[in-house]
Amino acid sequence: MATQTSAPALPGQASAPGGFFALVTEWVTTVDHKKIGIMYIVYALLFLVVAGVEALLMRIQLAVPNNHFVAPETFNRLFTMHGTTMVFFVGMPILFGFGNYLVPLMIGARDMAFPRLNAFSFWISAFAGFLLYFSYFAGSGLYGAGTAPDVGWFAYAPLTARVFSPGHSTDYWTLSILLSGIGSLGTSLNIVATTLCMRCKGMKLSRLPLLVWLYLVTSCIAFVAISPLTAAQIMLLIDRYLGGHFFDTQAGGSAVLWMHFFWIFGHPEVYILVLPAFAFANEIIPVFSRKAIFGYPAMVAATVAIGFISLGVWAHHMFTVGLGPGANAFFTFSTMVIAVPTGIKIFNWLATLWGGNIHFATPMLFAIAFLFQFLIAGLTGIMLSASPFDWQLGNSYFVVAHFHYVLVGAILFMIFSAFYYWYPKMTGRMLSEKLGKWHFWLFLIGFHLTFDFMHIPGLLGMPRRIYTYEADRGWAIWNLIVSSGAFLQAIATLLFVYNLVRSYFKGDIAGPDPWDAWTLEWSVTSPPPSYNFATEPTVESRRPLWDLKHPEDPDTNYE
Amino acid sequence: MSLSMNLDPVQNLPAAVPPSHMQALHPPALSHAAFLPALLATKIFQSPTNIFAPEATPAQSIFGLSLFVLAICGSVFLVVAGLLLYAIIRFRHRPHDSDREPPQIYGSNQVELSWTVIPVIIIVVLFLTTTRVIFLTEHAPRPKDALDVTVIGHQFWWEFRYPKLGIVTANELHVPVSDPAHPTPTYLTMESADTDHSFWVPSLAGKMDVLPNKVNIMWIDPEKPGIYLGQCAQYCGVEHAKMLIRVYADTPAQFAAWVAHQRSPAVIDPAVAEGRQVFFHNACIDCHTIQGTAAHGIFGPDLTHLASRDTIASGSVPLTPNNLRLFVDNPANFKPGALMPPMHLNDHDLNAVTKYLLSLR
Repeated sequence: MATQTSAPALPGQASAPGGFFALVTEWVTTVDHKKIGIMYIVYALLFLVVAGVEALLMRIQLAVPNNHFVAPETFNRLFTMHGTTMVFFVGMPILFGFGNYLVPLMIGARDMAFPRLNAFSFWISAFAGFLLYFSYFAGSGLYGAGTAPDVGWFAYAPLTARVFSPGHSTDYWTLSILLSGIGSLGTSLNIVATTLCMRCKGMKLSRLPLLVWLYLVTSCIAFVAISPLTAAQIMLLIDRYLGGHFFDTQAGGSAVLWMHFFWIFGHPEVYILVLPAFAFANEIIPVFSRKAIFGYPAMVAATVAIGFISLGVWAHHMFTVGLGPGANAFFTFSTMVIAVPTGIKIFNWLATLWGGNIHFATPMLFAIAFLFQFLIAGLTGIMLSASPFDWQLGNSYFVVAHFHYVLVGAILFMIFSAFYYWYPKMTGRMLSEKLGKWHFWLFLIGFHLTFDFMHIPGLLGMPRRIYTYEADRGWAIWNLIVSSGAFLQAIATLLFVYNLVRSYFKGDIAGPDPWDAWTLEWSVTSPPPSYNFATEPTVESRRPLWDLKHPEDPDTNYE
Repeated sequence: MSLSMNLDPVQNLPAAVPPSHMQALHPPALSHAAFLPALLATKIFQSPTNIFAPEATPAQSIFGLSLFVLAICGSVFLVVAGLLLYAIIRFRHRPHDSDREPPQIYGSNQVELSWTVIPVIIIVVLFLTTTRVIFLTEHAPRPKDALDVTVIGHQFWWEFRYPKLGIVTANELHVPVSDPAHPTPTYLTMESADTDHSFWVPSLAGKMDVLPNKVNIMWIDPEKPGIYLGQCAQYCGVEHAKMLIRVYADTPAQFAAWVAHQRSPAVIDPAVAEGRQVFFHNACIDCHTIQGTAAHGIFGPDLTHLASRDTIASGSVPLTPNNLRLFVDNPANFKPGALMPPMHLNDHDLNAVTKYLLSLR
């Protein structure tokens, strides 16, 4: 076992003998879904580090009251860039990256339905991220050199009007969101078309791996949600340059209209980000519990229900706007209803663990932490959905803590889990379990120091997006704890990045199926050949590899 | 305990606050039987802006609802997290386990139905309770003795207009206390002069956004005299962080005296004629109003009775001669990004105009 020394190659590396230039050409011109997936992931990791550093700078500033570490203008740019980057240039690309890599492999296809659209979508999204950061060099236009946008990640009107945002920093924000939206639409279309048209023999919709089902629903939500966002960006550009008055309140425009446009995208966006995290959990929890997922039809139904309901809850971001008691009651109800399908998911994961044989490998550790943290995030979400409670908690640090519990505690934990689980498939090498456990425990402690304690200043009246605060408000001790946790998370993330790099060269050889798993991607070599499957596979159940390994008692008897 | 010593908000309030105003800042009495309120009243959670220390009806009804929601969510957490923890410990892989896979269970419609129906019932109860509070607050009948105040959000300060009393002031809102037997709540009509803001004084009520081209109305009825603190809760630009609010709940006698004083004409003190000269010969009058004079500017706070206030720079520093001088010299000394430009006065003029402003009691 230890005698195997040949370095595993990323897909395509072997076919690029012409040195560095040929290698770059190979990656830039590729239409292979696996390479595009990996590029999405690497690109997102790069921005994860950038936006993480922005978070650390903010936490230094807020560690003590009346701090002067950064200027107010700098702080406002930091939270704008942190939010925009994390949502559009970390969350979306990393999840699309895994989707790109996994969906064709899991349905027994050789590639996505539209490989060239796939490459286009990636490159336009990548360009959008660099365009956003180019504002640091050129954002002020004729007013001076560079400033990043400082309007907040949801860029409420009329702060984005030219009178309040002179220069071009807001235009960089608008255009980068517009372009990344085009990329996201392209990839969503591709995933839907691939899932519907490219399945192998026997892969009926009722046999789709749950991951693919969830990516299908995510992509459908993305269609509906990203269109109004794109429309709003164009309307904003018309306001800023062609004399329109959609959001220009000084000429009779409406600030509330922008809020509707933004949040009818913004809330479904939460589900666009969290459904892939659920998708990873649906694959990883059964494998490490050694049991089939409990209630597959219920999981699919719950996902589709979440998809529909998520389109009708947006105004819970607007409970303090003065929509009136009728609208507040309606959106309270629709938001609370979403707890039912989400609850079904948690209970089904619980039932999958029940009676299993749970192995605590690193992917499973992250998945278990995800279950607890998502439970808490869901419950604080219920609190926020009760609109009078939201009149107090909205726009406070309680909300910031709540959505970071979703984005970090649920989504990022599942992304880490997915890395440990599928990295062997992508590179042919295992990530170090020892480093992985250090990463897990350090990150877990840092996460809870930061985001558990972040709820408290919110309850004590601390609004979000303030660059400093008064010493007499009783917020100082909590902010200090929150900031210290942030650094622990940063150290853990560095360990993770080190693990990714080190294991690429020195990790144990993975083999095709290191986790003794059941879906089709584990039936091919690690990394898979560029054509994925030499012959089209045929499946007869949801777990084709289980049937293969247990011919005496295949799933086909029970489905 | 030693950790929380410095957190006592009362110690750090500006010295100008008279002791009688401080009562409201003490933690709520430990009369609630529930564990959570008791915990939140402990010293480490002490804050003048604690949402769990309500002092007016809207904040109280939210507090009641929040305890109910917290109790339900807490119970759900204990049950589900307990089950998860049990499953993880009970069904963990042990070294001596055989390699045989555990029995495969694919699902059960009865079980699925039960964990669908139970949450539905919980949600219906939560929704009905919440809706009651929504309508109690937003559809409350308006008592005939209510006071009207127009709140106008500016980058980065608050303007308060009392249309029926003819008073205009800034950043420090005076309202009468409201006796439950004869309620005299204050109705705040919210407007914005520029960007979005949000008016949030946690111990009195939930926040209400202050938006351009949209008029919102909220009400407060503090029962105890005191100072209630808050701040802007919707990002509005560079100095969003220092757009603080102070609400003074006055006894009827205090409030009547305050109204009478604010309605009196601006003080004209011959001793500060030089500073007055500086004020009226500079750009000050373009943005500020002093009633009864040629200063009619509307972009900055009304200064007619500036020296009757406890703070300047939207509540960020106490009004002292030195602070005022520093602020006039360059507002960025306290609020970088404030829209008032540095006035570039020489020391002599600066001292003179500071003296004049301090005479505007």
